[in-house]
Amino acid sequence: MTLTLEYDIVVVGGGPAGLAAACAAKENGAKRVLILERDSEAGGILNQCIHNGFGLHYFKEELTGPEYASRFIKKAHQLGVEIKLDTMVLSIEGKTICAVNATEGLMEIRAGAVVLAMGCRERTRGAIAIPGDRPAGIFTAGTAQRYINVEGWMVGKRVVILGSGDIGLIMARRMTLEGAKVLACIELCPYSNGLNRNIVQCLNDYNIPLFLSHTITRIIGKHRVEQVIISEVGTDKKPIPGTEIAIDCDTVLLSVGLIPENELTRAAGIPIDSRTNGALVYENMETEVPGVFSCGNVVHVHDLVDFVTAESQRAGKAAAEYAKSTEKVESFRILSIKNGRKVNYTVPQMIRREKVDKTVDVFFRVNNVYSGGTIRVLDGITELCHFNREHLAPGEMEKITIPAVLLDKVSGDELTVELAVREEMKQ
Amino acid sequence: MTDLICIVCPKGCHLQVDEENEYRVTNFGCTRGEAYGKKELTDPTRVLTSVVYIRGAAHPCCPVKTSGAVPKPQIREAMAMLKSVRLDAPVRIGDVVVSDVCSKGIDWVVTKDM
Repeated sequence: MTLTLEYDIVVVGGGPAGLAAACAAKENGAKRVLILERDSEAGGILNQCIHNGFGLHYFKEELTGPEYASRFIKKAHQLGVEIKLDTMVLSIEGKTICAVNATEGLMEIRAGAVVLAMGCRERTRGAIAIPGDRPAGIFTAGTAQRYINVEGWMVGKRVVILGSGDIGLIMARRMTLEGAKVLACIELCPYSNGLNRNIVQCLNDYNIPLFLSHTITRIIGKHRVEQVIISEVGTDKKPIPGTEIAIDCDTVLLSVGLIPENELTRAAGIPIDSRTNGALVYENMETEVPGVFSCGNVVHVHDLVDFVTAESQRAGKAAAEYAKSTEKVESFRILSIKNGRKVNYTVPQMIRREKVDKTVDVFFRVNNVYSGGTIRVLDGITELCHFNREHLAPGEMEKITIPAVLLDKVSGDELTVELAVREEMKQ
Repeated sequence: MTDLICIVCPKGCHLQVDEENEYRVTNFGCTRGEAYGKKELTDPTRVLTSVVYIRGAAHPCCPVKTSGAVPKPQIREAMAMLKSVRLDAPVRIGDVVVSDVCSKGIDWVVTKDM
């Protein structure tokens, strides 16, 4: 017998995105709000991010991951958000969700609006195909973080970290403080994708060398990792023969990127952007399926949880408004945003002019490190507005705010966001 | 003259500090960065985080942090103070685990209700 339930808003995922969306939905008039979380506690990945530095934007103070999560978990409880833990969502069809847990069995949950907030998982060794043996001792940085910070297991003594994203840098410091020797941090790109402050306080503070334009070209070990071979890479990111260095180690941590976890989204037939691997979204984080919203790292990978919170609050508010509204069929003028030169993607990908009040925020990443440039918003070849920046990097998400009045000036159904760097501007 | 990257916020300003001129800081983006530049060369400190074992909770580890910044040369000493700590659930955010870390009036405190 399948249990049938009805809610105004159902949120899939109880991490920072899901919690913020659920709270915002409640605060904007949704009566019955439910979060479905597959883990045994809410808070998501913040629970294992025990380091501090969260909340500088949102709370104006420096919190650890568990502290940041607990503020939203408490708020959700105070607002009367229901949370089902240890509950797995199996499928989504329109706004009906099929979920299961050990106490209630199979559930069919009908929602006025759905918010998808499933987050990311890590890329693994298989995803980047490192050649060599397949011994024990190779972990994604997040798995090692979970073992050390939550489960209480130390994962190794002599460690090499591949990738200089923030998770890798944070784990370099964490392993060092727990008594391991971190021998090197290896980065394929000629620059780090992590925040500068993490290079300073995680690597430089502990004299951990950072090898830029290098990669691991072989892992050696019979039962446990014994050695890795690293090589310099050229501008084509291919290893340069003759540059090999052998490092004796017992552990390799991988911090080589995140993949938005969109299996449910894809199965529900919701269109996905091949650039972000997240759902295509409108200005209020609604997907192309009416009443289904998406927010947080499942849409695009964010640098700071504060930005996840802000985006998810917009999604939660919009979901509450959708669930309340009686008139569901409206026609809109849709503007699609194209990424122009030096811009890798934008979120949102589409704007409905009628849904924009005064301004619309557009988030994106640039394709390389630039010391200064101008972000231009174009209608064809006509510039609508521009924004100057002193420093741009792929590791730092950019945000621009476009006034609604400018959207009215667009002649076609397309906007372009591009970056012009200084040298080009002079020409 | 020393070049520093500010770690106060994610912006990461490139500071310059003149040791021979009363540690005058230039190129800072905010006053917190200016203060950091001077302090980093005169008395560098860091807030530390770690975990300690806990009995009777959902997980074996309880996250903790120092309630204030610890001088960099005393980081190892501050970390070592946690080695023998065993907590019993329940604990609340802010509960003191080890008091007066490195005689600086700073405590190791719990950062998660467990």
